[in-house]
Amino acid sequence: MRADDEELIRGRQRQRARIMALLLGAFVILMFFITMAKTGLNW
Amino acid sequence: MTQPAALPADWRDLYALTKPGVMRLVVFTGLCGLLAVPVLPPFALGFTAILCIALGAGACGALNQWYEADIDAKMRRTAKRPLPGGRMDRQSALHFGVGLGVFSVLLMGLATNWLAAVLLAVSILFYVVVYTMWLKPRTAQNIVIGGAAGAFPPLIGWVAATGQMAPLPLLLFAIIFLWTPPHFWALSLFVRSDYAAAGIPMLPVAAGIASTRRQIFLYSLPMAAAAIAPWPLGLTGAVYGIVAAVLSLAFVALALPVLTNRASEPAGMKPEKRLFAYSIFYLFALFAAVVADRWLP
Repeated sequence: MRADDEELIRGRQRQRARIMALLLGAFVILMFFITMAKTGLNW
Repeated sequence: MTQPAALPADWRDLYALTKPGVMRLVVFTGLCGLLAVPVLPPFALGFTAILCIALGAGACGALNQWYEADIDAKMRRTAKRPLPGGRMDRQSALHFGVGLGVFSVLLMGLATNWLAAVLLAVSILFYVVVYTMWLKPRTAQNIVIGGAAGAFPPLIGWVAATGQMAPLPLLLFAIIFLWTPPHFWALSLFVRSDYAAAGIPMLPVAAGIASTRRQIFLYSLPMAAAAIAPWPLGLTGAVYGIVAAVLSLAFVALALPVLTNRASEPAGMKPEKRLFAYSIFYLFALFAAVVADRWLP
């Protein structure tokens, strides 16, 4: 595997890891609000 | 040189796999089903229900493209999608689609209720297994029965908010069910050569252009009746009734030139292109009218 190929793969992996981190963060926030709504603690 | 399939898929290709264009209409009709309920659910639960409908639609798009990669490669309209374009391998598309589908159903069940989750699961399985895998390659009536999958969102939106079925969302289901054939057949008339090249027995390929035009017009009549029905049945008010009547009359009026058109080449199919474009506007406007009727004083 050439160095620039490896760099391309690493770049894609970094990009996907960043997006997964953002999505997981959003999911945690969403679960918090779902829990608040289900327990009747709306604000 | 690195093979494109050896690369991890780009997020833009994963997004394209969800068919965002189709998802917009699905999300909109689901949102309208949810906003038409007598008592709105808490915002977080309503938002999650719509998110789950969107993710479920994305799963359908991904699994459809996973299964039809070879067919997509033969059609101009779809040849540049991520799989036939060689930018993603099929296994990634399968994992993405299954993961998205399972996640959307579980989240729907946990956040709203399990009846909505079951309806979402049925709509995904219906689209992928019944329509894509079973009916589409086998029968010219594929879109008539398979179209039911796209009719679920307003029903799911309503059930997610209320926990039960009711006559209005069932009628909204019927409207989309009857709208799908004329909408899709209008498109399939002017991309007929694509379907013929891919060996898909869409109605214009299997039964001919004249028969398809007749079917488009005939289907537009019960569709118009179903669209107006909520008003005389007392499920909506006059705001919806008048809008639905005007929009549906215009639909039938645009289906008439399709019926009388004799052109067999896409260049002469202006009435079909006009009806296809109007059919998208029609569904958006009709469902917007359901919500307006519910909330306008």
